[in-house]
Amino acid sequence: MALLLKNALCIDPAVSLNAVKDILIRDGEIVEIGDPGTVDLPKGISRDLEGKILIPGLVDMHVHLRDPGLEYKEDIESGGRAAAKGGFTAVLAMPNTKPTCDNASIARNMIEKALNTTRTRIYVSGAMTAGLKGESITEMGDMARVGVVAFTDDGRGVQNDAMMRLAMEYAKTFNKPVLSHCQVEDLSAKGSINEGATSTRLGLQGWPAAAEEIQIARDIALCELTGCSLHIQHISTAKGVELVAQAKANGLPVTCEVTPHHLFLSEEDIDETYNTSFKMNPPLRTRDDMLALQQYLVSGMIDCVATDHAPHAPHEKAMEFELAPFGTTGLETALPLLITEMVSTGKLTWELLVERMAHAPRYILGLPHVKLEVGCTADLTVIDKQAIYDVSAESFESKSQNSAFIGRRLKGCASDVYVAGYASLEDREVVGL
Amino acid sequence: MGALSTEHVLTIQDLSKDDIYLILDTARSFKEVNDRAIKKLPTLRGRTIINFFLEPSTRTRTSFEIAAKRLSADAINFSASVSATTKGESLVDTAKTLDAMDCDLVIIRHAYAGSPRILTQHMRASVINGGDGKHQHPTQALLDLHTIREHFGHIDGLKVAIVGDIAHSRVFGSLAPALNMLGAEVTAIAPATLLPPRPDVLGAKVSTNLDANLGDYDVVYMLRIQKERIELSPIPSVREYATFYGLNTTRISKMKDDAIIMHPGPINRGVELSSAAADTARNLLLYQVNAGVAVRMALMYLLLGGQDGPIA
Repeated sequence: MALLLKNALCIDPAVSLNAVKDILIRDGEIVEIGDPGTVDLPKGISRDLEGKILIPGLVDMHVHLRDPGLEYKEDIESGGRAAAKGGFTAVLAMPNTKPTCDNASIARNMIEKALNTTRTRIYVSGAMTAGLKGESITEMGDMARVGVVAFTDDGRGVQNDAMMRLAMEYAKTFNKPVLSHCQVEDLSAKGSINEGATSTRLGLQGWPAAAEEIQIARDIALCELTGCSLHIQHISTAKGVELVAQAKANGLPVTCEVTPHHLFLSEEDIDETYNTSFKMNPPLRTRDDMLALQQYLVSGMIDCVATDHAPHAPHEKAMEFELAPFGTTGLETALPLLITEMVSTGKLTWELLVERMAHAPRYILGLPHVKLEVGCTADLTVIDKQAIYDVSAESFESKSQNSAFIGRRLKGCASDVYVAGYASLEDREVVGL
Repeated sequence: MGALSTEHVLTIQDLSKDDIYLILDTARSFKEVNDRAIKKLPTLRGRTIINFFLEPSTRTRTSFEIAAKRLSADAINFSASVSATTKGESLVDTAKTLDAMDCDLVIIRHAYAGSPRILTQHMRASVINGGDGKHQHPTQALLDLHTIREHFGHIDGLKVAIVGDIAHSRVFGSLAPALNMLGAEVTAIAPATLLPPRPDVLGAKVSTNLDANLGDYDVVYMLRIQKERIELSPIPSVREYATFYGLNTTRISKMKDDAIIMHPGPINRGVELSSAAADTARNLLLYQVNAGVAVRMALMYLLLGGQDGPIA
């Protein structure tokens, strides 16, 4: 059966498209793109998207789906729903599940469960060291064979330099990128927020920027040594991005991502209420860092936006600040935040939004390209830029409500999402399998 | 609502300047009571005060307990060794449990910054922060202010050096902003390894040299090294620390003639204070401890709607 999406403003810089078009989809692929009214729909469904914006489907290359093992926080089905609600057609699941996704058997289970429970494409990353312990490399070949697309010890930096070198050399053997969480644990120690004015005021142990930047610099040096593609996760300081930019200028295969919370929040948002929804790893940095990250996202020094969606149960976050777990949910607020804070304010064009949230993650992970052209997979995100989204605990499809953005009024969000031509979101309602 | 502008004292900033002076004035009256043979007042009869101490403490808990009992409140100690927290109960659930017992005032001491706030979110009682991690210890600041004010007659315009483990000190976290608020000038003196990242946000200037301006200060406030809150040792040896940052008779001789020494206790003889320095009459440590009971009586009395009740 065919699907005709009519009258949307179609934007895709990959094919230099920014015009109102009708798009015909059959068997999961785009089969025709034409001016409004010129595309015939022989038999099938027609949707009028007048006033909406249609772009290649968004990809979030950094999410914690907590499945297997921590399903009380999130599972593949609920995470898939949250992704659809947020406008994403695909996500990359992190391996810090319970047990750790550090072998092909667990990875295959995750991939199969995803196919049976959600329309959202769930890509899986594998741990690069067994149990995320940083002591021995994993069976990356086996994992790559069942479909794992990247390797990472996300949640921890690999503390041993020689082990990181081995992991990168071994990942390169199978042509997979390494996604690096940069944190020198001796320096970050028991820090729970950025080291600086706020940590002093609140009497909290600081987690200094240097603890992140030292490991970024180390991993860049190891990238040069090993030739393995390196992607720096959730970069949080201006200096860190500048290290990556220098590496790129030197021709190294290095990329990086930024989270919406590091783009739009800073340590100044943490106050005497000790709201644990603001406890992140890496921590929210200075306001200067935040503003620089926005600028670097626009300039392309930062390649993409990824949420580090980190769901936690209410009782886990309702703890003493220093005892509460790190992280905020992100899937359902990322796109509305980017639109509200950057596109609507004129800082970021729609074209660059597509680059940073759709094309770049696919490029970094070596996933099939999705462009608005005939023959491409119909993974599409439709945006209603007028829609109001009042972020509240009740608004989420995710099982968890630990969002740092609760209480914000955002304008512009996904109204429809198509994965291989099938709706996973329709008129802002999630569509299950 | 009591006589203060706040119902909880979680940080020193919860109190206005007027609040602080009201507490210090009220403490003066209670000190007279404490000098009597019969030290008990009926003021808080029938009120329930819980000392909720999740960290080992003897002197602060005892001071609060004596203060509550002198006001005839029922004071109950709920400490870590007998508390539910050791059975895995969360602070939120413990707070709800205590709330169900209808208490009027809770004093909490806990190893984690910001934890007193959690109590206020789940209890009807007033909450006093008895020390939260490295953050604040507002009643210590109040008794220190009382000591300084009784000695000099004023706080405004004084120069105060706070020396030692600033980085891990909740005493500094409350005292420096309090002195600042009342017009004193605060200098934090320590090796860089014992300074917080931004002492300026707490209202303090910084020096790494104790000898440089020792003759300028009216108050030299010595802090203990918080060994229990430090992982890697920030000092190479006690000997070297005492050499550069310890107060001894030589250094005392360089202080202003009327300058005083203060210390929150417990002291480590031979580290921050030489034995002679600890025993000099200029060391007001025991005066501070004595004032602590009166100041805590004043705070409890004012928080629990005292004002109308009889003091004398």
